[in-house]
Amino acid sequence: MKIAVCVKQVVTREWPLRVDEARTWVEDRDASFEMNEPDAYALEEALRLREQHGGEVVVCSAGPARAAQVVREALARGADRAIRVEGGGLAAADAAMVAEALAAAMRDEQFELVLTGLQSDDQGFAQTGVVLAELLGIPHATIIMEVQVADGRLRVKRELEGGWFQWVSMPTPALLTIQSGINQLRYATLKGIMAAKRKEVRVVEAAADLVPRQEILEIRVPEKTKQTHMIAGSPSEAAAELVKVLREEARVI
Amino acid sequence: MDFRPTGEQRLLRQSVREFAETELAPGVMVRDEAQSFPLSLLPKLGGLGLMGIQFPERYGGAALEAVDYCICIEELARVDPAIALSVAAHNGLASAHIHLFGTEAQRGRHLAPLARGRHLGAWALTESNAGSDAGSLRTTARRVEGGWRLNGSKTFTTHASLAGTFVVMAVSDAARGARGISAFIIERDTPGLVPGRKENKLGMRASDTAGLALDDCFVPADQLLGETGRGFIDAMRVLDAGRIGIAALAVGLAQGACEAARRHATQREQFGHPIASFQAIQFKLADMATRIEAARWLTYRAAWLKDRGRVTTRESAMAKLFASETAVRVAEEGVQIHGGYGFVKDYPAEKFFRDVKLTTIGEGTSEIQRLIIARQYLDADA
Repeated sequence: MKIAVCVKQVVTREWPLRVDEARTWVEDRDASFEMNEPDAYALEEALRLREQHGGEVVVCSAGPARAAQVVREALARGADRAIRVEGGGLAAADAAMVAEALAAAMRDEQFELVLTGLQSDDQGFAQTGVVLAELLGIPHATIIMEVQVADGRLRVKRELEGGWFQWVSMPTPALLTIQSGINQLRYATLKGIMAAKRKEVRVVEAAADLVPRQEILEIRVPEKTKQTHMIAGSPSEAAAELVKVLREEARVI
Repeated sequence: MDFRPTGEQRLLRQSVREFAETELAPGVMVRDEAQSFPLSLLPKLGGLGLMGIQFPERYGGAALEAVDYCICIEELARVDPAIALSVAAHNGLASAHIHLFGTEAQRGRHLAPLARGRHLGAWALTESNAGSDAGSLRTTARRVEGGWRLNGSKTFTTHASLAGTFVVMAVSDAARGARGISAFIIERDTPGLVPGRKENKLGMRASDTAGLALDDCFVPADQLLGETGRGFIDAMRVLDAGRIGIAALAVGLAQGACEAARRHATQREQFGHPIASFQAIQFKLADMATRIEAARWLTYRAAWLKDRGRVTTRESAMAKLFASETAVRVAEEGVQIHGGYGFVKDYPAEKFFRDVKLTTIGEGTSEIQRLIIARQYLDADA
């Protein structure tokens, strides 16, 4: 099975977030970066599918030059080769622009299965995979918990609301967006890290006519507000009042 | 000159750190209290490649360089110095000796299982009367038909109760002093190879240390390691590299102790402020961080020279001396910053403080390192 996995490089969760001077992005000049978490699970799922069914895993990423590090990591964890679309404007790009950049580089490969993370840890659109599926002209399913392959078809488990799941049968080629935590991630082994150096990375310049479809006007850190409301009265009266407040004002019970 | 880590080195640090924090951190104190190195760790360490870090791929190794090796040991020691010590002793002593001085056949037969993490390696040089004065060994190797008979006893051997493969130094020609010592490869369960009493240690308790008795132990001729009479000289070469590993261990341990102190100092409030806001604590942290940085680069430089095929006797000794003494100081200040909490086992400062003392003793005491450095320094300008 010829599988593509799309990975994004995001600022690590430990990085103290500060809004940049233009107030449209976070200060990331000296940040440390990592692989977007759901993408890491998508990669792991792809590696497991390859172990079961054979084939190859191609890691695809669209981003600035520094994204080479997550591509290297994916290769070290076991991907066979990589396609990296490079463009300075891709760092804070919207989902459509990233999907267009990826689609242009991936189209000719005729992947049977494309996996992406459910959403990114930075902008969290959960759209890149879906838009990419449309651009590639293949069906998609989102929030995938489990993937089974048989007779050229997929059977996938989707996560719904409230603890419900849905099994969907679909043809290949297809695109799936993978939920975090569905498998146990493997480590990049020492040998894997060395082997990654020898693997093929095809670097493609992002098309010059890629334009963002949306503009970030301002990023703001939510203001913390805290209002303390003391409830007077005997314990039983106070408890009754507390229940009423929680039910009618806070609406949490 | 380029001080930047390569992309691979950044990834390596990230991966070993992730492994240490996930697989090692949860059991640190359990292993310490039980004084046990769980053999269930071996497949995990081996699976990542940590049991054969620098050996060629044809023996199952990961073929990394000395600087990469330092990064691995550092990241393990940052979380659990005892496991780091076991990994360093396995890689840097027994396995390295076979790799450096073994024949092709010996490497295939004895190194490959070590590098793949099938079992642990032990390296037996020290005896009760031959510590720093390693040349005055009393264990003897007598030539017999088809091989050698070894008699004597070893002390403070890392992994003596657990190892699958031993490298043992013994006197093969008493008349020739240090030039009359040979090295032998002995597999576990060889008749006459008897692991002795396990030591009850101050620190590094999860790393097995025990005695080893050789009771008329027959070793076939093809398990002589290196040339006859070259065992001690080869062992000193092994230690040149091994010391870089202990230096890296000290750097990682100090890093772990410093991070724990920093964390505590920013959380602990006294007089209405985090204690990190007080200059007395800030100065401590500043000195700790600065010394660690200096120790790290001294260590990396020794490793870098080794990667370029240079004899690093002086640089290895300097790195080991400085890094280990730095680590002792950092671990002590770490306890001090923790105050009363540094004295109890609920916080990591206490264990770092116990573990660290090994680093100024093992693979040559600080005093021996100074002798080596002085000898090199005086000879160089003579």
